[in-house]
Parts: sequence; structure tokens; C-alpha cells
Amino acid sequence: MKVIHIHKTEWQGGLDKARSGYGLYGPVRQGQDDPVFRPLGPGEFPEMSFKNTKMSPKELVHPQSEPLFRYTLDPQAPDHDILKEVQKDASPKALLAVRPCDADAFLLVRRNFDTPVYKDPYWVTAYESFTKIGLACNQACSATAFCTSAGSGPFSDAGVDVLLVDTGDAYLAKVITEKGGQFLGACGFSAPAADGEARIASLREKAEATIASFVHTDKLREQATIELYDAPFWEDVSFACINCGTCTYSCPTCWCFDIQDETRGKQGVRMRNWDSCMYPLFTLHGSGHNPRGTKLHRVRQRFMHKLKYYVDKYQDGIQCVGCGRCIRLCPVNIDIRNVCNMMNGYTACACAAS
Amino acid sequence: MPVPLRRKGGERVNNPYLPYPVRIDDIVVETEDKNLKTFTFVFLDPADEERFAYRSGQFAELSIPGKGEIPIGIASSPTEKGFVKFTVNKVGLVSSYLHNMKPGDIMGIRGPLGNSYPWDILKGKNVVIIGGGFAFTTLRSSIVYMLANRKDFGKITVIYGARTPGMLLYRDELMAWEQRDDIDMHITVDGTNDPNWKYNIGFVPTITEKKAPQADDDTYAIICGPPIMIKFTQPVLDKAGYAHDHIIMSLENRMKCGIGMCGRCNVGKDFVCKDGPVFTLAQLNTMPKEY
Repeated sequence: MKVIHIHKTEWQGGLDKARSGYGLYGPVRQGQDDPVFRPLGPGEFPEMSFKNTKMSPKELVHPQSEPLFRYTLDPQAPDHDILKEVQKDASPKALLAVRPCDADAFLLVRRNFDTPVYKDPYWVTAYESFTKIGLACNQACSATAFCTSAGSGPFSDAGVDVLLVDTGDAYLAKVITEKGGQFLGACGFSAPAADGEARIASLREKAEATIASFVHTDKLREQATIELYDAPFWEDVSFACINCGTCTYSCPTCWCFDIQDETRGKQGVRMRNWDSCMYPLFTLHGSGHNPRGTKLHRVRQRFMHKLKYYVDKYQDGIQCVGCGRCIRLCPVNIDIRNVCNMMNGYTACACAAS
Repeated sequence: MPVPLRRKGGERVNNPYLPYPVRIDDIVVETEDKNLKTFTFVFLDPADEERFAYRSGQFAELSIPGKGEIPIGIASSPTEKGFVKFTVNKVGLVSSYLHNMKPGDIMGIRGPLGNSYPWDILKGKNVVIIGGGFAFTTLRSSIVYMLANRKDFGKITVIYGARTPGMLLYRDELMAWEQRDDIDMHITVDGTNDPNWKYNIGFVPTITEKKAPQADDDTYAIICGPPIMIKFTQPVLDKAGYAHDHIIMSLENRMKCGIGMCGRCNVGKDFVCKDGPVFTLAQLNTMPKEY
């Protein structure tokens, strides 16, 4: 695979060259706060020295709130009460300095929105408009990161078009896809890196060794759904949960959403908004019945979805990239690593005996 | 290549969230409590009717701009042309607004959605339909469909109950089916003061025990009704020897997208909207009871 050498003194100039063909997006630090992913204005450049952002860049593809349709309720209008699609921006964009876990997460989410039967045109259009320029993590971002055992890793190149590796005074740019090569071309980066692959492999090994926290997932697939569902530990796991939804909003692999109509006067929009399985309204029937009416139901749904239902549905790993955000941000210290290991190691008969 | 939101040349868009525009053609009050009305819709673009090709047991999102969408089983049969019908219980924001709409009003229908009853398996088989209350809509669709293709099915038995005679849906059709000799009808009510009531009195499980044919490999039961009816009907079917993969049920859960994406209607790994709403009891036995 081709590896390009980019000296850091050339980096910003290259990005400036690419601006004519690409909308640039990347992490920007505002004051002392953690950087956030957003469009880069003229003269703005992505923050390249950060551990990871508090919020993943999923919002760029799946906005927290986005209009799907417009309508008019004015009976005088010839097309009243008929929904009109909101056109989405499909112009080429570059997502700069996305961490490998967050880029991997897009691939897991893609299975939900881009299916053989239905394609979500809003998500797919946004996703495919981005060229993803990953930034490898030379060391663990946090003690809560467990990416290597969650199917991702600090140098994972699964969801990126280019993977940048910081070597101090330069970036080694590993070209993963043709789309990635085109972006580097637009930046004018073309100098081949001597021993690129070998240097990346060595840095990768060092980086992976700094990930000190793990989950066990090998037995999840063979576990019986109903036995895990009925396991006694959900009472303990959910006891402290306040159903705040922070875990779901900060999760790069959570995608659940609500659809709401908002009307002002006679004009309105049908909106899509992030939703969360932590909220009782998420599943409340019109009759008042709620199939997930207790927080135990809802906490169990979140973990069962990520660690069992998704595993069974797609037969390929868990719906988690091990970024550790939900662990760091949970106000009551619920830890997906513990839950995953409990689920993986669970045997129903041992519990019945105790 | 990005998926185009609108194909060039004016061909219809490929957006699963976009409803087909429809006009309300007719509204019938079905029940004496006036909480159930049947809406007949006609597609504004006649070509949309073909795009909406459906099977009995599927549902659609009824879409009212400014209010939202509700998932409702399709009550008309694919053999009925020129319109689609839905019977709607007045419950929440959208259904209450819909109940106040008038013939001629414009709204939308998005679908068809979900998997339908397993018509490929049911072909050539005996079918026992067991329904209670207002969960008779997709069963009505199925009966009309089977009667229109009568030679494709063996014996058809229908057990349908409501609280009172005035709470039965589609009363004129029920009476017409009673007159036929190619469908075995057992209408029942929980109770009635009507001295002229000439059908059954008793709960659906009791009538099922008396009237349902004995099970065999070629006989399938389709059950739709309130949870309490299902709870007491299932042991009756067990006793009559129905295998759990011969008992077919249709689930309901809160929905938004209807296409398996928004994440709320799942029961275990399966989405009621996309993998269901129809499941066999054998399938449901392996799934959490989150419905």
C-alpha cells in the first residue's frame, strides 16, 4: 500500500490547496475545551494534537437534528399537505483527523442505514460525500479505551480513506482507498515515504501496547438470547442508572432517532432528531403500555443491542469500537467493559445454583 | 456514488421516508363507541397504487403533515383495486386528528411495510383465523384475499369476537360471509342485551375451544387480538395440538421509521416493522417479551 510523506510544514499549505475541491471538516479547539468536529472556515485548520473529542464526529453524517421534508398547510397552495424532500449537500467533503475508532464506527452504523432492502438517502448521501482522513493514535487516549479488543484499534484503517501517522515532524499518509489518494493529490502531497509501511507497523505495535484495557467477546454469539436477557445481573447493572442518555449521545455507534413534525404558521418541516433507548417515551405505546417500561428494561436493551442483538444480526463483532466515551462520561460509573465481560462469561446454570 | 435523493428525468424518488400523496375518499364509523373509523384512500397519482403493491398482513405509515405518522395494518385486500383501506382506533395525536378529517382531505401513505402473513406457506392449507376486538383489520384483508383466491386454500375457519355486537368491525361483511358455505364463520360477543342476536356468546378462547378444527400439518392458525385474548387462546390451541410453528401472530410496537432503522420497535434482534410484524409462536418463544 502506498505511503506518502508529508512534512508538517507542508500540511497547512496542502489543505489550502484542497479547499477549492473539498469542504474541510475537522476538530477545532475552542478555548480550553475539548475540540469539537465542525466545518473549517477559511484559514482554519484541524487540531492535530488531541486525545479524542468528547463527542464523536457522527453528527456530521447523522446530525442531532435535521430536516427531512418541508410542507405547507396553506389550503391555497396547490401542493398543500404534500411533503417535499429537503435536498442534502452531496458535494465532496474531507473529514480530517478522525480517530480510527470513530471512523470504524461509521462502518458499524452503515449496516443500519445502508441495507439491501432500504437505503436511508440522508445518511448515505452525507456519508459518501466524505473522504475520511484518519489520524492514528500513537498512544492510548485514555485508560478507558479498549479499542483493540473491540475490533478496532489505534491504527485501524477499516473506515478511513487515508490514515495519517504522526512521526514528530511529519505525517506518514497511508493511502487506503482511491478516494483517499485523490484527496492527497488535491493537496499536492505525493512524496513517497521511505520504509513507510515498516515504520507504521513499528509505531502501531508500540501504540497497541499502550491499550491496557480489554473486553472478552468470544462467547457472546453462542450465548442464548433469552438466557442473557433473563440474567440476574441486570438489576445490579441498572441500579444506579439515571437514564440520562449521555452514553447513547456520546456513542459513535448509537444511531437511534425520532421523527417529529414542526409547524410554524402554515409552513413546517418533518425533522429527524437523535433519540435514545434510555428514555421511556422511546417505546411508549399510544395505549399507555410500554414494553420497556422500567430502567432495567432500557439499560438491558442498550447492552443487549450492542453486545448480543447486533452480534447475532450481522454475525460480525460487537456494536462498539471501544472508544471508552460512555465509561468516561457516565455520571454513575456504569462500565460497558464489566457488562460485556459478564455477558460473555455468563452461564445460566451457575446462577440457578447460587 | 451517492444515492440520489431524486433521480434525473422525473422518475419517482427513492426515499423510503417519502409518503405517497392520497385523498381521503370515504370515512365509515365502524363501532358503536365511534372510536374506530375506516378510511378509504385513493392515490393522487394512479401509478402510486401499483408502487404500493402489498400483501395481507403488511402495514403502512399514515402520514399527516404537521402531526406525524402512525403505523396501521392494511385492512383492504390486494384483490381490491382502486383504493386502500385502514381502520384506525382513536388513541393519540395523529389518530385523533385523522378522526376529525373529512373526505377530500389530502394526506400521505408510506409503505407497504413489514413482512405479511406467510402466503407462500399458507397456499393449499387450512387456515383458522382467530381475532378479537379491533385487531381484525389485517385479518379482514386476509379473508377477502383468500375468498378471492378460494381454490388456493383448504378449509377456512373464522372465529371473531368483540365485547358487544356494536363493537364488531365490518358487520355487513361478517353477515355476508355467514351466508357463504365456503367459509366457516363463528362470530361471538362477550355479552349482549339484543334478543335477536343469533350468533355465539362467549369469550374468544371458549369459542375457539368449541369450534377450532383439530390441528394437523396442513392447518395454520392466525391470531390477532388483545394480549388477554392471546394469553387464554394459546393454551386452547396447544390442547388442540397446534404446533408453535403453525400458530402465526402479528405484533405491534411503537414505530417511527417503519424500515428497521430508528431503533425502537425491536424485540431482541428483530424489528417488528421490518422483520415482522408477523412472527410464528415458535419464533416468539425464542425472543424477549418486549411487545
